[in-house]
Amino acid sequence: MTTAQRGRWVTLVGLVLLAGVYVRALAFTPLESSQGPAQKIFYVHVPAAWSAMLAMALVGIASILFLIMRDYRYDRFAAASAEVGTAFSLVMLTTGPIWAKPIWGTWWTWDARLTLTLFLFFLFVGYLLLRGAVLETSLRARYSAVLGICGLVLLPFIHLSVYLFRTLHPQPVVLKPSAPSLPESMLITLLASFVVFTVLYIGFVMQVYGVATEQDALGEA
Amino acid sequence: MTDLLRHAWVIARKDLVLEFRTRTAFLSAVVFTALVLTVFNFGRDPTSVPTIDLAPSILWVTFTFAAMLGLNRAFQLELENDALDALLATPISRGSLYLAKFVANCVFVGVVECVGLPLFVLFFNVPVWSILGPLVGVIALATVGFVAVGTLFSAMVIRTRFAELMLPVLLLPFLIPPLVGAVQVTAALLAARPLSEVAGWLRLLAAYDIVFLALATVLFPATVNE
Repeated sequence: MTTAQRGRWVTLVGLVLLAGVYVRALAFTPLESSQGPAQKIFYVHVPAAWSAMLAMALVGIASILFLIMRDYRYDRFAAASAEVGTAFSLVMLTTGPIWAKPIWGTWWTWDARLTLTLFLFFLFVGYLLLRGAVLETSLRARYSAVLGICGLVLLPFIHLSVYLFRTLHPQPVVLKPSAPSLPESMLITLLASFVVFTVLYIGFVMQVYGVATEQDALGEA
Repeated sequence: MTDLLRHAWVIARKDLVLEFRTRTAFLSAVVFTALVLTVFNFGRDPTSVPTIDLAPSILWVTFTFAAMLGLNRAFQLELENDALDALLATPISRGSLYLAKFVANCVFVGVVECVGLPLFVLFFNVPVWSILGPLVGVIALATVGFVAVGTLFSAMVIRTRFAELMLPVLLLPFLIPPLVGAVQVTAALLAARPLSEVAGWLRLLAAYDIVFLALATVLFPATVNE
């Protein structure tokens, strides 16, 4: 079985688990008292954001590894991760406003994390555009590695610069110095959705990576 | 170290002499700056928004676009007659080459800003005389940040399709932190607020310059080596 085919199975498992998480989120997780049903989107939005961030971090790391080892597998992985990251950041950017309209009363606001994720999306898109605009393989790999590394370094700066404005976004509820402030049943659903989105990320990347590997092999043959 | 600086200076001087003798790129950038400032004048309602509130944004959006125009040119001119290959064949380090292009770009953008700032003061009637020192300082800080990343990216985009469009698409996200910082500090200066209020922004600008200058120096060889 090729990587792409294995990836398809992983994705399938991820999708089934996603359905499971949603059954749990809708039927077996209590309603949030102040936000009501709107809060349910949390179980897609937050893990999608997690997968997008993970994708960007791995693009950066794979880019560093490529520049050191000059192994094209890292380049293909970075490209696959960026493509999948674009999809996840789009999910995050569409679910966010849907939630924000009833809760904040506005579709969009220039809050710290919103801006950060918007730029995450722009970085992914720029990365893919650059790959599309360079025809030569070795040049494309080096250029996109340079951009990938710069992107990874840029994100903390964007975060810092927009953080200096006042932020409207809900403060962290899980990853923070004190104990998670989420009730246990919600926390379990959220953690399950994190796992599922990570599985989906792996499945998608395996498919894109596998196809790219086969394409390269065909190109060389 | 002295070799690095000496080589860098030789190449930077070559670029600047070339620029000074032809003056086309420089004049275009200056005219472009003047035009953007004019466009801003008509792109607002002067009766409802006081100029002073818009001034920092006008200044920085104009400088950002002008810088981008200048950066596109840095490596473009090396493509003619394959000058870049000759440059790469000379026994100088890639570090000096990056530094040279960085310095030449800083001078280019700096000179355009030197013309842009008085025009901005003239067109929008902004009193800057009492804050000229700190204002020039923050312009320098932000410009170094713009040019550090821009020089690196312009070395890449020249060999892509749609190079003129690719540079802004890749570069603009990277200009956001220095842009936000510069606008905040400029706003504080124009409102005669103390600099201590914007110390965080100044630190951010300085950190950005240092980090990206170092990163670009490390990554630059990967963009030009064959």
